[in-house]
Amino acid sequence: MAYFLNTEDDRRAMLETIGVRSIEELFAMVPDELRLKRALDLPPALSELELTSHLAELAGANRSATDAVCFLGGGCYDHFVPAVVDAIGSRSEFYTSYTPYQPEASQGNLQAFFEYQTLITQLTGMDVSNASLYDGGSAATEGVLMALSTSRQKGRVVTSAGVHPEYRAILRTYLQNLGVELVTVGTPTGTLTPSDLAAALDQNTACVLLAQPNFFGCVEDTAELVRVAHEVGAAAVVAVDPLSLGVLKRPGDYGADIVVAEGQSLGTPMSFGGPFLGILACREQFLRKMPGRVTGQTVDRRGRRCWVLTLQTREQHIRREKATSNICTNQGLFALRATVYLSLLGPHGLRALGSLCLNKSRDAIERITSGERFSLAFDRPTFKEFVLRDAQGRVADLLAEAADEGVFAGVPLGQWYPEMSDCFLVAVTEQRTRAQIDRLATTLAQATRETAPAHA
Amino acid sequence: MRNTRATQLLFELSKPGRGTNILPACDVPEHALGELLPADALAEGPPPLPELAEPDIVRHFVNLSTQNMSVDTHFYPLGSCTMKYNSKRNERVAALPGFAQLHPYQPESSLQGMLELLYRCGQMLAEIAGLPAVSLQPAAGAQGELTALLVAAAYFRHLGQERTRVLVPDSAHGTNPASAAMAGFEAVTVRSTDDGHVDWDDLTRKLDDRIAVLMITNPNTLGLFEPRIVEIAAAVHQRGGLVYLDGANMNAILGITRPGDFGADMMHFNPHKTFSGPHGGGGPGAGPIAVRDFLEPFLPSPVVVRQGNRFHLQHDRPQSIGRVRCFFGQVGVLIRAYAYLHTHGPEGLRRVSEEAVLNANYLLAKVKHILPVPQGDRCMHEFVASAARLKADKDISAMDIAKRLLDYGFHAPTVYFPLVVRESMMIEPTETESRETLDAFAAALFRITEEPAELLHEAPHTTTISRPDEVRAAKEPVLVWKP
Repeated sequence: MAYFLNTEDDRRAMLETIGVRSIEELFAMVPDELRLKRALDLPPALSELELTSHLAELAGANRSATDAVCFLGGGCYDHFVPAVVDAIGSRSEFYTSYTPYQPEASQGNLQAFFEYQTLITQLTGMDVSNASLYDGGSAATEGVLMALSTSRQKGRVVTSAGVHPEYRAILRTYLQNLGVELVTVGTPTGTLTPSDLAAALDQNTACVLLAQPNFFGCVEDTAELVRVAHEVGAAAVVAVDPLSLGVLKRPGDYGADIVVAEGQSLGTPMSFGGPFLGILACREQFLRKMPGRVTGQTVDRRGRRCWVLTLQTREQHIRREKATSNICTNQGLFALRATVYLSLLGPHGLRALGSLCLNKSRDAIERITSGERFSLAFDRPTFKEFVLRDAQGRVADLLAEAADEGVFAGVPLGQWYPEMSDCFLVAVTEQRTRAQIDRLATTLAQATRETAPAHA
Repeated sequence: MRNTRATQLLFELSKPGRGTNILPACDVPEHALGELLPADALAEGPPPLPELAEPDIVRHFVNLSTQNMSVDTHFYPLGSCTMKYNSKRNERVAALPGFAQLHPYQPESSLQGMLELLYRCGQMLAEIAGLPAVSLQPAAGAQGELTALLVAAAYFRHLGQERTRVLVPDSAHGTNPASAAMAGFEAVTVRSTDDGHVDWDDLTRKLDDRIAVLMITNPNTLGLFEPRIVEIAAAVHQRGGLVYLDGANMNAILGITRPGDFGADMMHFNPHKTFSGPHGGGGPGAGPIAVRDFLEPFLPSPVVVRQGNRFHLQHDRPQSIGRVRCFFGQVGVLIRAYAYLHTHGPEGLRRVSEEAVLNANYLLAKVKHILPVPQGDRCMHEFVASAARLKADKDISAMDIAKRLLDYGFHAPTVYFPLVVRESMMIEPTETESRETLDAFAAALFRITEEPAELLHEAPHTTTISRPDEVRAAKEPVLVWKP
């Protein structure tokens, strides 16, 4: 039996104190006809040793980024996680605590959340940040809902096709019963053109959802796009890669109103896509509509600086059906990890990291596109990801063959963009070495080379 | 003993020129940033973050960690949150590189172990729920609620029925009505009786053909099993509506009774509560849902399916509501849940609920003389005591007791929820506490009620800070550090 504390003697004595003869009697509230008269049909209990072996076997049936060289991106990246992040993140005083309802017993978490909020505003150039949301997709959706609820009567949301297709899918799901029109503007040249955006906007548009860099890795002319949105009174919600902000302009500096992001890059392992960290920051005027937990500074009775959860009148447990969001908890542990990560990297580390991603991806582009078969799908500057077009159009075979060679070479794009079924997305993080980039280029050049081109 | 320097803010510890060496030199031909990015997109300089050295950072955060109460350091009877022990074995297996270093867009052939785990995890949740179809995608209990309501909306749309209202008892978690509103429904409150059950008359008065879903928490937030649950579900079904079970209190009924068997059509799990995922200072949690077979086509995509001995992510699901989260859910939390379910097995899981209910009833028996429990002397895995009499007689509030408990080395119970009990203290010991701990907690409660009210108003006295001015925090919000 796993790890129960009460002995047979304890149980007897406890039942006596309660005044019943058996534990069964304690369930008298559950009508007999509802009682399960059999054991649950589940696998038998395992000892710790057996459990560990079983899980190791399942883990071993996967091929991870430690077994293969990973050039996969699309919202989840193989960035380096410094040892300090793991060491702090695995302190059980942090990971076995809960939402800081009792501030006196939770100053560690609260101060870390306050520091997180500050770092996120420094990184994004926004005024305020919440203490995190579920993931980048939920942050993008909550950012849009915030803009809608601030704009009151407006019932239209415009997104760029260059926003992560899964963010847009989540947004579509959330909006499907709310009578809000969702319009997607295409990005045939890899980025959103201001005139295409302008054509999609009207006075009824509550907000525009943009991405910088976008899903294709392309750097957008965000300043101009934000200006176009503001011209019709629409709020600009910008989804960013937080690691790009060491080298790219901060959204606050080009007028964005709400910034959202997936924070996995900031010290969280890929973990098959989660748990992740949803980042949301905004200008002060949106504060009262901001979803999720917020930590505020105050003083205690002796005048000492301290921290509490605050502005709770926005939240679901007070506002109930009038709440602007149903978000209850945050991603505290991953907000903590991001806080440690950003402290470690600091301004110069983040700049250097951005530079490494830029240079390495540039190098990969040059090597891969030096032959005949592969070309960049878009003639646009990119950050750490880029889209390759396979002249032979054999993306599935190509990627499968590369995987067999131990290289996860890219993410096929046809699943979201049917017109790009001959394209795949490659990400090059600071972790990829020159030798690995060589290997990627060689593997791609040699893959399916025996096969005749699919398109003559 | 407090290291006051280490608990200064990161920004105050910052000193230009400090830093830490994490990144390698560039090993490919290096270009200036201006050659790689257009001038109008390039930041003028590094972002304004603090500059710190690694030893400073480590000392800072380790010192912060010691200012938290946690399950690993203290008894944490925070009702409704199910703060049970988080077994270390779960942490170790979740961190295996074969799980933690997987990318969600890897080829399916390289993910068979992961997909098998998720598939089996879903099957186990289905069996515990008594509901056959599962989505592991929702990222939290509240998102599970919303997802299930969107599934219900899609189902009624499919039937061509216009149902606009969701019934929510007044004792429900605040997420329930908020989720109903977010799913486009009108949330209608159903009253609870004084003994904490759904008010049958109020319910039946509000049941009509506009009802899409009744959201119900059972055992409810007073720690009581709803004795008329079958009648309630039948009444909802008779009107063509669906019953949603808020699974926050599943720790009380594992292997005892199943939501699907008592009439629920949909439910969410909180694996971080019931299946011991650590709460992480407020997350990550997860919110997988289980539903009846006729709702399965509407579940979010993708779902993991089995084809012979292979596992496959099925995306092509034309009636699906779509996605609610990127990728495949809070997989790390689900791995821990899977490990927990395997650790306990069927007998162990039932024993979890038995011990949780035993501990709760034992503690109730020990404290009811000091803190009356208005809803009687039996409970499931948690109970709600009231300090109303102490407040009237001695000017000792639930909050005073909560704060003073911190001095005695116990985390406080949940106070002032549910709203239906005055001066409420919601206490949930969980199965992973010993009789000795419960005795010590009851003794502390008793001593506190004998202490002078003035002492309690000033509590806590031993924590690094005393009671914060929460009004000031809300009136003059300071949400970021400024130099």
